[in-house]
Order: sequence, then C-alpha cells, then structure tokens
Amino acid sequence: MKKYTPISLAFAAVFALLMGISGSYAQQPYFVLASTTSVENSGLLAHILPLFTGESGVSVRVVALGTGQALDTARRGDADLVLVHDPEAEAKFISEGHGINRREVAWNDFVVVGPAADPAKIKGNRDVLAGLRAIWSTNALFVSRGDLSGTDALEKRLWKAADLDIGKAGPWYKDIGGSMGAALNAAAALDAYTLTDRGTWLSFGNRQNIVILLEGDVRLINRYDVIELNPRLHPQIKRDLAKKFADWLVSPKGQSAIGNYELTGQRPFHPESDPKP
Amino acid sequence: MNDFGTAVTLAFAMIARGDAALYGIIGLSLEVSISAAVIAGIIGSPAGAALAIYRFRGRGAIVLLVNAMLGLPPVVVGLAAYLLLSRSGPLGPLGLLYTPAAMIIVQTVLAIPIVTAIVHRAAAEFWARYGEGFQMAGATRLEIIPQLLMLGRAQVLTALLAGLGRTISEVGAIIIVGGNIAGATRTMTTAIALQTSMGNLPVALALGLVLITISLVLNGVAFLIAEKSKS
Repeated sequence: MKKYTPISLAFAAVFALLMGISGSYAQQPYFVLASTTSVENSGLLAHILPLFTGESGVSVRVVALGTGQALDTARRGDADLVLVHDPEAEAKFISEGHGINRREVAWNDFVVVGPAADPAKIKGNRDVLAGLRAIWSTNALFVSRGDLSGTDALEKRLWKAADLDIGKAGPWYKDIGGSMGAALNAAAALDAYTLTDRGTWLSFGNRQNIVILLEGDVRLINRYDVIELNPRLHPQIKRDLAKKFADWLVSPKGQSAIGNYELTGQRPFHPESDPKP
Repeated sequence: MNDFGTAVTLAFAMIARGDAALYGIIGLSLEVSISAAVIAGIIGSPAGAALAIYRFRGRGAIVLLVNAMLGLPPVVVGLAAYLLLSRSGPLGPLGLLYTPAAMIIVQTVLAIPIVTAIVHRAAAEFWARYGEGFQMAGATRLEIIPQLLMLGRAQVLTALLAGLGRTISEVGAIIIVGGNIAGATRTMTTAIALQTSMGNLPVALALGLVLITISLVLNGVAFLIAEKSKS
C-alpha cells in the first residue's frame, strides 16, 4: 500500500477545512443580488431585506457595486438578480439577451452638491445644464466618479447635453475612479462640486462644508430597476428565489417598505407608483 | 484630532455593547485570515525547507520568484481568482465565489510567498550548519525537512505571524472574491472600506483600532508560546 505523504495529508486537511467552512454558511436558501451601491449605503436594503426574509425564508446576499460592474457581474453569471439605476446600460444588458423582465421598483433624484461658499454660483438654479456650464466657466473643482457607475454615466450624459467636451476639461475636473462615497469624501476634502444620488447623500456622514446646491431638474430623476436574468443564457442561476424577491419588491408590501424607509427624518426613496415631477 | 478621540471612545463602546454584527465580522475575519495563514504555513514551510536543502536546476529562479511574489498586489490576485471562480470561469461550477472559502484561497496565495521566503532563509542557515551531520546520520533529504522545521520552529512561527499580518490586514483581494456581503463575507477590513465610503469616518477608524488590538493580542499570544517553547 502506498504511504501517505505529509503533503497529501496536508492537502486533504486543507480541502476538508475549505469544504467545512463553505458548508457552514449555507443553512438558509439564498441568492446573490448584484445591486448598485446607493441602495446598500443608504440603508434601504438593510431596512427592507429582513422584512422579505421574514416572510419568505429566503436570504438575500447583496454584493454592492457600481451599476456598470453589477451588470458585468451578472453577465458573467455571478449574480441571480440585479438592482441598478442606469437606463441606457440596462437597455444594453437586456438587448444582449442577459436580462429579462425589467421592472421599476423605486425612484428618487440626483443632486449637485458642493461647497457652501458656492464659487460657481449655482445655488437656487434648477437647470442642471446651466449649473454645469457655470462650474466649467469658473473652473471650480469638480469630482467625477469615472467608474462607469450609473451616476457616472448620467454625469457624462449631462456634460454632453450641455455641449461641453469633458475630455478638454482642465485640472479642475478630478476623475477619481471611485465609489460614490469616495467621490463625496474627495469633494468634502477638496471643497469641490460633485453629482450624487440623494440616498447616498442623506446617509453620508462626512459632509464637512458640502451642501446641496442644485436640485429639482427633471433630468436628475433617478430610477431603480430590478432585472431578472435570462435563464437561457444563465441556466445555473437561482431563478425562482430571485423572481420571488423581484415580485416582492413591486408588490404592495415591498413598495410600502421602500416608501416607508426613513433616514434622518426624510424618505430617500419613492415607491414606483409615486408620481414623478 | 477630535476624530481620533471619538474613534477611541467608539471602539470601546462597540466592544462593550457586544454588537452581534460586529462580533460576527470579527469572527469571520479571524476565521479567514488564520485559516489562510495556517494553510500557507502547511504549504510554505516544507516548501521553504525543501528549497534550502534540495539542489536542482532552476532552484535559484524559484527562490527569486518566491521573493518577487512578496510584492504581489492583492487586487491582482483577487481579480485573477475572481476570473477563475466566476460562474463563467474554469472553477465556476464549484460555486465558491462570494463565500469565505474563496477569501481563504486568495489570502493563502498571498501568504504562501511570505512563509516560504522566511522559512527558506532560516532553513538555509540550519542546513549549512547541521546538514552534514544529518546526512552522516543516514537521513534522507525528505526526512530532514521536518527536522529542520523543528529546529527552526521559532522562525516558522515568525513566518506564520508575518503571513497572518498580511492576511488579517488585507482588503483588496477579499472584497473582490468575497463581495463584502453583510452576514456572509463581511470582514473587519471590508467593513472599514464600507464605513469609509459611507463617510462614517470615526466608525471606520474605530473598527481599525479594534483590528489593531486583535492583531496585538494574537502576536502577544504567539510571543508567549515561543518563549515557553524555548525553556
């Protein structure tokens, strides 16, 4: 009989350890939701998920990423459901055949925040394009996410709509390549302007001199959609569990859970049925 | 400096409150980083000793490679592991992505070069000093490996602690393959990254202080064990 070498025993031990550890986490049925960061960072998911899990016995494992990365993760088959907020990227995802059954679950808005001193004088303005032109012409510092997130995609579309070529912006335009939180931390540290979704802004704890300066433009509407994955391209996904949650989100129970979520006395997310301005 | 004072107070409050989520995060951090360091020890220690005593072509290149891998960027290891473990990757069917097992795998990869390099250096010295004696006693090189590791057990412990230092403080790799999922794959370091991005800087700093304290305790315990084993 072949003698067991220490190395083969070690590998067996390692394998047993890994299997034991991965097994010990799989008590409850679960699926993976790739979501945009704002619904996680704002505390919305922490508020509504226990309600869903309590009713259904299904736990939701949230991987919070920028919308671009969340959709990519789903394209690779690593998520069972996506909850994102970039209509153009979503349309592409669906036309590629990855996503089906897109449903709007909530909406809120984006706001332009910046230093209270407001060097570009955009405060009180409702026209976001005029605001961006003022920032451009005064060379006031502006922080961009630069990460293909939903917010980043909207920001790029807005500059374009304002007829400004951001490729030609000067050093006042800081492309930080990071999350919404990283962009807000940078804006706070630099006294710079940035575009943020309201949910992340309300939950953000390091504002320093940064305040909301421009809001209320219809171009700043921010809609959150849930998209199921196409089982033909992704046969391995947990389709039933994911669909259960997607259905719950748009059901009266899910919608009222979203609408009732309060953060510092405000309701950062409107249910889908609330009329938009 | 006020932020630092707030963070210290907060750190004590969090520990005293016995917050279940916090203890879960601490528990997972320890489980992942200690498992990775131990596995790296199991693989890296004999590998380091073997590199010291076997003479073969390409040995120098391997030693060079191991030393170069000390500087492996965690985010690259995480990305490579993500591509392998992804559903559309070659190891996708194992279903390990976004599990603690995936986090242990990437951290093991990061810790192996550290353990191997440190053990190799120590083993090379012991081999130079005692190698002939071992061989005259008729031991084969394979039998000498455990004896060298026994002789250099203090250095093996140092190597394990250095490996643990890398794993417990690491965030770039585990956030990619773990996904920072609340209640499943959130560790101390990924929680710090999350709190920072939420602008809760004092909370992030307080978690950092807790992490440093845990690291101090682990190293203290290891030091005591090493002292004891000498006497």
